[in-house]
Amino acid sequence: MSDKSEARLSVFKTYKLYVGGKFPRSESGRVYEVTSSKGEWLANAPQSSRKDARDAVVAARKAFGGWAGKTAYNRGQVLYRVAEMLEGRREQFVREVADAEGLSKSKAGAQVDAAVDRWVWYAGWTDKIAQIAGGANPVAGPYFNLSSPEPTGVVTVVAPQESPLLGLVSVLAPVIATGNTAVVIASERAPLPALSLGEVLATSDLPGGVVNILSGRTAEIAAPLAAHQDVNALDLCGADEVLAKELEVAAAENLKRVLRPQPVDWSADPGTHRLTAFLETKTVWHPTGSLGASGSAY
Amino acid sequence: MPTTAHATASAFADATASDSALRRFLHGLPGVDAVGLEARAAALGTRSIKTTAKAYAIDLAISVIDLTTLEGADTPGKVRALGAKAVHPDPTDRTTPRTAAVCVYPDMVAAAKEAVAGSGVKVASVATAFPAGRAALTVKLADVQDAVSAGADEIDMVIDRGAFLAGKYLKVYEEIRAVREACGERARLKVIFETGELSTYDNIRRASWLGMMAGADFIKTSTGKVGVNATPANTLLMLEAVRDFKQQTGVQIGVKPAGGIRTSKDAVKFLVLVNETAGPDWLDNHWFRFGASSLLNDLLMQRQKLATGRYSGPDYVTVD
Repeated sequence: MSDKSEARLSVFKTYKLYVGGKFPRSESGRVYEVTSSKGEWLANAPQSSRKDARDAVVAARKAFGGWAGKTAYNRGQVLYRVAEMLEGRREQFVREVADAEGLSKSKAGAQVDAAVDRWVWYAGWTDKIAQIAGGANPVAGPYFNLSSPEPTGVVTVVAPQESPLLGLVSVLAPVIATGNTAVVIASERAPLPALSLGEVLATSDLPGGVVNILSGRTAEIAAPLAAHQDVNALDLCGADEVLAKELEVAAAENLKRVLRPQPVDWSADPGTHRLTAFLETKTVWHPTGSLGASGSAY
Repeated sequence: MPTTAHATASAFADATASDSALRRFLHGLPGVDAVGLEARAAALGTRSIKTTAKAYAIDLAISVIDLTTLEGADTPGKVRALGAKAVHPDPTDRTTPRTAAVCVYPDMVAAAKEAVAGSGVKVASVATAFPAGRAALTVKLADVQDAVSAGADEIDMVIDRGAFLAGKYLKVYEEIRAVREACGERARLKVIFETGELSTYDNIRRASWLGMMAGADFIKTSTGKVGVNATPANTLLMLEAVRDFKQQTGVQIGVKPAGGIRTSKDAVKFLVLVNETAGPDWLDNHWFRFGASSLLNDLLMQRQKLATGRYSGPDYVTVD
């Protein structure tokens, strides 16, 4: 016991899924080995089955009404809180990103900073998107005609295979900013930052089930989710060409909204494209009374 | 049924001759090994039922459901909708079996009868001051007669738990006998014990025997209105009781767990209990029922999943 470093046993972290606000292991009990970009073993990650995917959809559906019903302002506050929590865990994420992408500490640090900033950026958008995606429409009749963007519902996000943190945040934040709930399939090769992000989300006032994170074989988990009748939209960002085609065919069955994979530079200004991808427009006609006849001020 | 009820009554004439005799009989029943019972129920719940067996179990589960609405806010319209659902649970797939019955309050029996007319789906009515059962016997009997004359095929009565817990077993016995008579030839009688209020497994076993001796056609766990409803353990206990009763008297009694069974997985576990305890004779909606409402939607979603290979969702079943 004279040498302290010898006396202490190392404590390995058990990476777990994040489903419905809880951290379960895979229902199948399977794990797979995650290695760094240099091939060194980092940890075992849960290898989700289709039943885990099904459970995640149930959790996301349950959370949808509450999350979509919150005020946009409140959602913004929660997203900002995620940024705060992520900032507080900066060191851990720098290490995980550096291992996963084979980056130097400083470059990994820049990635994490950019991910924090992205949460802040989308937090700001929550109560502004309605102005640019909706508004009053001029109509030839005595009506107010208003269009307002509404969340699509449960969105399955196939997270980018590269850029396991910044890329993930860049596709996930816009989905939940507008009131959707998400089932995320983490990068198959580098799922650890995503699984750790679940811990950040769990401590950020984000209601359980709004984001559900699964790790495992992308093709195995994505197929049942693409065919799932209770999933409303599909972001194919991290699917390769062959898989994307397969998933899009399966998604056609219940007319899911599908966002096809496209080359993205994650460090660039993200724009509003991903925010508007998973919105439906609701238009309301409201009578104003007989204009003109009474000289109304409407 | 009245003839068999009569036969069982005479078989237990000694035991039911007086309050003290009945008490001696019921307290003479073997005590329940609570740990063993729960372990057995849990062990049977681990069976893996897949593919064709699962398809069979789902269809069987649908066909034994008493589709229930027992709310203060029930309207004739809601009862009609429920009736339509009982007759065609999944309108997109007409191979789906019908449910066994719809279960409503007495004043909704007429509306329910009309909704399921000609389909073979039965109408069950709760009665006897459901769910508390705190009313005079005359009021309870009037409640039963009201439901029977409106055309109810089955009556779900509640026992007087207060009398039972106070040890007045003969009072409970005679009340069940009176209700049995009020049901007449037409209606089958289900006796609800409200197991969540009986506090011990021994009491559940005694209540089961009391109900069966008094002429119940079905023994039922609970009203669905208290915290603890049907559990695998208390249902297993009641299944053992009907099995033993049949061995002893030759009379078969049905079992109906009710309340808290919401998923297909749970339903299949209960069906395994039935098959392994009472036996396949009970795997039929004449002898086994589920009292449930939301369970049906989950079964339908599972059925759709088996048929199409795609997970279904609540958008594809009716919301009731």
